[in-house]
Amino acid sequence: MNLNKVLKGLLVAVPVLTLAACSSNKDADTTQATTNDVVQQTTDTSAADALRAELEALRQQNTIYFDFDKSEIRSEFASVLEAHSAFLKKTTTVSVTVEGHTDARGTPEYNIALGERRGQSVVKYLENLGVAAGQMSVVSYGEEKPVDAGNTEDAFAKNRRAVLVY
Amino acid sequence: MATMLKLIKFKWLMLLALFASAANASLEIVITDGVDSARPIAVVPFKFEGATQPSENISQIVGADLMRSGKFNPIHAMKMPQQPQTSAEFDVKLWEKSGVEAVVVGSIKEVGLDRYNIRYELIDVIRAKGGVGQPMMNAAGRLVAGSNHILHSGQITISGKQFRSYAHKVSDVVYEKLTGERGAFQTKIAYVLVNDKQEFRYRLAVSDYDGENEQILLRSKEPLMSPTWSPDGTKLAYVTFERKQSQIYIQDRFTARRSILTSFKGINSAPVWSPDGRKMAMTLSKDGNTEIYVMDIASKALNKVTSHRAIDTEPSWSPDGSSILFTSERGGNPQIYSVDLASNQTSRVTFEGEMNLAGRYTPNGLAIVMVNRTNGQYNIARMDKTTRYMQVLTRTYLDESPSIAPNGSMIIYSTLHGSSQVLALVSMDGRFKARLPAANGRVKSPAWSPFL
Repeated sequence: MNLNKVLKGLLVAVPVLTLAACSSNKDADTTQATTNDVVQQTTDTSAADALRAELEALRQQNTIYFDFDKSEIRSEFASVLEAHSAFLKKTTTVSVTVEGHTDARGTPEYNIALGERRGQSVVKYLENLGVAAGQMSVVSYGEEKPVDAGNTEDAFAKNRRAVLVY
Repeated sequence: MATMLKLIKFKWLMLLALFASAANASLEIVITDGVDSARPIAVVPFKFEGATQPSENISQIVGADLMRSGKFNPIHAMKMPQQPQTSAEFDVKLWEKSGVEAVVVGSIKEVGLDRYNIRYELIDVIRAKGGVGQPMMNAAGRLVAGSNHILHSGQITISGKQFRSYAHKVSDVVYEKLTGERGAFQTKIAYVLVNDKQEFRYRLAVSDYDGENEQILLRSKEPLMSPTWSPDGTKLAYVTFERKQSQIYIQDRFTARRSILTSFKGINSAPVWSPDGRKMAMTLSKDGNTEIYVMDIASKALNKVTSHRAIDTEPSWSPDGSSILFTSERGGNPQIYSVDLASNQTSRVTFEGEMNLAGRYTPNGLAIVMVNRTNGQYNIARMDKTTRYMQVLTRTYLDESPSIAPNGSMIIYSTLHGSSQVLALVSMDGRFKARLPAANGRVKSPAWSPFL
């Protein structure tokens, strides 16, 4: 489900309905009804805002890092994954793609397989926390999309990652 | 004593069926290791007679080809005792002290508008020493001058545009006459160019084996990987992420028409054509795990060839098509295994080093070329199949994706130079080394074509 479309739909609907509520004063019943509408829409606006705020917070912490040639989740990322799993369990209409990446060492094709391992590792972890499998998918880019093109240990470490993309 | 040659970049305008591209020679060759121990030969500059000299220098291209094979060391023109254009002008006495084994002589004559008549001869110096023009009896019983020191003579009339490809043909003939092996100088390479500054970052390209005549087959905003040639040289298969997931496509090299081969859930990667052209081996993870599959291309029928929870990838065929090499970490670290397709028996092939990946047979099936990791270093290595003796061929950094010339003489691979990825060439005996950097950005995933 495309999250952006939902938000955009709300953004359009809210101003239009607010205007409609302000224009008519003749019929008390209508006014009452439209006032309720205004109240209803305001709640949805804050829901959309809250959703967006949550996603922003999650985007700040959406990357899990891995050891060389490994796909095990290090304990330091438990809280990050907890936050994502809480969000996904609460908002079952949202889906996430977990991207798997590696550093440049090894061969491109082996790294595609390793990247998928890392993505699957994250997915399994989230499943164990109760997230529905249907909300998650994995894409491996291997060594093809590094964030740091350098060849220092530091750069390699930055590239060994899984990224949760909403 | 190694002759340092630098190839000049040429700009070509090429029109392809669907893709118009101003194709620069994106790669140039920089020689990094000399061939002191290779056989000395002389490719004498061809004499030119005419008004308009074409831009391509045949004798220079032939010399460069022969040197890159690692087997020959062409001497510099300045060191030549004479510069004959025919065998008749060749004076063996002048060449005796040069140590040169063979001499290529030739001439170019402009015979019309953009029409050139080219003649060349390959002279065996040792045989010539034995007596140039030793008198012999011909079939009619007459005494004639012998010519067994002339190994080959050729003649052709072509346009200026055809000079480069004809030069490669001459190189093939010379190479074959002097080594008994088929030459691979008319072959091509496919590779992926990556330029982060462009909108379409990833490009699939094909060029002559020396980086000239580059043509772009495909441009994409998402990664392209693992190009592989059909055995008849007309098609390429490759992995594309244009739909934000990996898929395998087959594309006709000439018409640019392409079609999806696989788009299963999970990984679709590492495609490689069977020697008979009818099947494609590949890595899929649709059943939960990366495994090797063989697909019949016409019917799309799939045959699962490995079945192990460890990573299994990088399939490559034996020359007779009966077995497949692949990389597996079922033993702990990635190593190379072989699976017999008839019996489905799997056996381990490599035991040395911390890791071995990307195994490929040499065309004669007697050795396997691979990426070997020892002491943290990733280099290209060659292992004799019977003795299991492994020789590390390169000293470059972060080597990957080796691909072997169809005559088994050279390997092209991807490596890190400075901060950029470049292609590199190494002769099968490890003696000749060169680097092919891209003009802009990075280049990776090379694949050597079959004989074309």
